[in-house]
Amino acid sequence: MRAFTQHQGVVAPMDRSNVDTDMIIPKQFLKSIKRTGFGPNLFDELRYLDEGRPDQDCSTRPINPDFVLNQDRYKSASVLLARRNFGCGSSREHAPWALEDYGFRVIIAPSFADIFYNNCFKNGLLPIVIKEEVIDRLFQEVEQNEGYELSVDLEARTVTTPSGETFTFEVDDFRRHCLLNGLDDIGVTLEDAEWIQSYEQSRRKTAPWLFGAGGQ
Amino acid sequence: MAGKTLYDKLWDDHLVKQRDDGSALIYIDRQLLHEVTSPQAFEGLRLAGRKPWRIDANIATPDHNVPTTDRDRGVDGIVDPVSRIQVETLDKNCDEFGILEFKIKDQRQGIVHVIGPEQGATLPGMSIVCGDSHTSTHGAFGCLAHGIGTSEVEHVLATQCLVQKKMKNMLVKVNGTLGSGVTGKDVVLAIIGKIGTAGGTGYAIEFGGEAIRGLSMEGRMTICNMSIEAGARVGMVAVDDTTIEYVRGRPFSPEGEQWDSAVNYWRSLHSDDDAEFDKVVELEGSEIKPQVSWGTSPEMVVGVDGNVPDPDKEQDPIKREGIVRALKYMGLQANMPITDIKLDRVFIGSCTNSRIEDLREAAAVVKGRKVSPILKQAMVVPGSGLVKAQAEQEGLDKIFLEAGLEWRDPGCSMCLAMNADKLGQGEHCASTSNRNFEGRQGFGGRTHLVSPAMAAAAAVTGHFVDVRELMN
Repeated sequence: MRAFTQHQGVVAPMDRSNVDTDMIIPKQFLKSIKRTGFGPNLFDELRYLDEGRPDQDCSTRPINPDFVLNQDRYKSASVLLARRNFGCGSSREHAPWALEDYGFRVIIAPSFADIFYNNCFKNGLLPIVIKEEVIDRLFQEVEQNEGYELSVDLEARTVTTPSGETFTFEVDDFRRHCLLNGLDDIGVTLEDAEWIQSYEQSRRKTAPWLFGAGGQ
Repeated sequence: MAGKTLYDKLWDDHLVKQRDDGSALIYIDRQLLHEVTSPQAFEGLRLAGRKPWRIDANIATPDHNVPTTDRDRGVDGIVDPVSRIQVETLDKNCDEFGILEFKIKDQRQGIVHVIGPEQGATLPGMSIVCGDSHTSTHGAFGCLAHGIGTSEVEHVLATQCLVQKKMKNMLVKVNGTLGSGVTGKDVVLAIIGKIGTAGGTGYAIEFGGEAIRGLSMEGRMTICNMSIEAGARVGMVAVDDTTIEYVRGRPFSPEGEQWDSAVNYWRSLHSDDDAEFDKVVELEGSEIKPQVSWGTSPEMVVGVDGNVPDPDKEQDPIKREGIVRALKYMGLQANMPITDIKLDRVFIGSCTNSRIEDLREAAAVVKGRKVSPILKQAMVVPGSGLVKAQAEQEGLDKIFLEAGLEWRDPGCSMCLAMNADKLGQGEHCASTSNRNFEGRQGFGGRTHLVSPAMAAAAAVTGHFVDVRELMN
């Protein structure tokens, strides 16, 4: 996984609440057996005017000029400013894969759905929770200033605006550590293999019915 | 010190290691795998040269992409080549790693959340994960069950553990008894309508109270299934006689002495009387009416006797904007009665409502009636090959077919339209599934979430109607 330490980038405003994972990446694109290549279909139904298919060349499709990411001023965005309950719905990791593949590194919202929030950290994407009053103000600032950028420092847990105003955010130590160092958390868990084996041994004694394939 | 909640007990029983940084390693007893969220996990294992930690903890089946017709042809019957590759990839991965899979032609194939309980592969007290957010379904058995992403599927394959942080405890108590014609689906939709789609974020929800205790395992599974639509990854119901009787005698269930000691342990899987919850929500069962969703989020739901809401009456600007957007997408007018919504299709199926009891409830309503000529299609998709066989043994297939509904083969089908079953643009569907998001059932499709009985009533009338009127 790509490490995340600091990032500064153009902010795109996604001004609607409850953006669900079907919206982020519609189901027809989940048929891929790869982790990459989802970027062109990010927000497919909002971004294009036609119905998307997995085998299409997206560069020739009719685009929806009203959709925020199709506007010139947001085309290079790498920070997504969003509303409440972003990423609700399914557990599909294709949602953070699509956001990351498109070029986003940071998503800022007043709240996220649990599974989506967790999936972001596995993919070098940083979801940041900031309270709604501040989010409201950031939406106004983005709207009013073309090329508006935010800089994010994961080590310091801060978001800084162009005027130098700084907001701090919370993030779990373990997730922060893995993201800062781009760690493979399977490797980290396997360092505790003895703990797992010893748990398993005692569980085999207390709950033997949980072991063995049964039913075959 | 206060007693423990059911969630506290399940957490403690699966805790492998509490780390200093606040995270914990939690042991996973069962992983269910399907074709959509597992290929990249198996690929990751291979690339890192890792082996599954415990092969017998995994069970797989293809469900999202499978067609609901022409199943005699097996994988060759999947017309879409991209879907076919995904199902073939699951077969190949399970063969390579020696994981038990109910393949497309196996009668035990079905939706993962139907076959786990059906096989007894879901047992009380287990921790269960799957790369699917509706894994919360299994919490109906007093399990710690939740959906995970593909990276975590790989993590569980490789380590049999997950890195977790403990959630908060919420009790949703449904008091009293439910009226006739009111089902688990109506209860959970009413709960989501009350607490909202983010109301359970960060919580593990336990559903309790007399009305929940009175439900069958099927009804409890429906409720736990949609915990995620209330924002909670985990939904649970305490173990009681209903749970234990359901589990008895299933292929993966313990037998003999092991059964006795298992039952002894399972009886402890309830919240202590003095357990404290971080949040408690109460509903009166007798006040819950058959529910219909009108919008593009499961919280946009009302009783069948209600009206589509008026955005001008909403104070919160973000919610008002959401209502305006949803009404436009759904092609509905503010204040119109729910019963005036005209339908194009009816879908009875999905991991929420495709079990035998769901099919019985739907069949009881359509029996002796005919599908409205207004509809383009009404289809019934059983949750597994075994549910299908049982329904046929009970003659439910004949009731559906005589009424003019289609009787299909098992899979996720039109719940998310990854196979050929989908809505056309602008079509309204009465659906027993779990999500009414934009485009969920097909590009431009308009989903209304209802119970199987309400979907059946809609099928024979062509619009929404209070199913209780047809039951008299």
